[in-house]
Amino acid sequence: MAPMNALPIWLDALLAALLLAGAFFALVGSWGLVKLSGFLRRLHGPTKATTLGVGAVLIVSSAWFTFTRGSPSVHELLITLFLFLTAPVSAHLLVKAAMARDPSLRPEPPLTQTSKNPASASRETR
Amino acid sequence: MTAAVLPVVIGAFALAMLLAAWRLLRGPSLPDRILALDTLYIDSLALLVLVGVYRDTPLYFEAALVISMLGFVGTVVLSKYLMRGDIAE
Repeated sequence: MAPMNALPIWLDALLAALLLAGAFFALVGSWGLVKLSGFLRRLHGPTKATTLGVGAVLIVSSAWFTFTRGSPSVHELLITLFLFLTAPVSAHLLVKAAMARDPSLRPEPPLTQTSKNPASASRETR
Repeated sequence: MTAAVLPVVIGAFALAMLLAAWRLLRGPSLPDRILALDTLYIDSLALLVLVGVYRDTPLYFEAALVISMLGFVGTVVLSKYLMRGDIAE
């Protein structure tokens, strides 16, 4: 364990609060994954709440190693950047995969454009 | 204060991984299982970073970075396989 007097008290409290917030959001994300009904609802928990919780943990790690070692630690920013770039992409691909398997997940198309032409309207509604 | 909070946070992430594993085993549809795997790798990445802070060693960064990259590739490949029935088109 690191010597605790290496950190100023305000930073220590801030890091502890960030850690607790990160744990809370990760738990909320996984609880939503278990609790919610329907795939499209369940997708919200892990892709948003868990990503935010992991981001808080990575900020804590970066600040911890920056202040205990005395030299900037930017490895975590790399992981944060990569994670925040890839989370929406993987969520998008998951929705596309789910819609390809189950077309009933696809929302109703707006009827304002197709209502003039009954043939195309009946073709576009399932 | 941070050192006192760290075991609680590690336990919370382990609990989050357990919940995701429950969804992985249960999950009625295949996209549910892929989503649970996605959550599992993100949580395990955070767990590795937390263990690195707890043991005060920077050795775990690279493992977390590799997990983040390979996990994303795995999610993309599994989703593409469900979409097209093929990975490399």
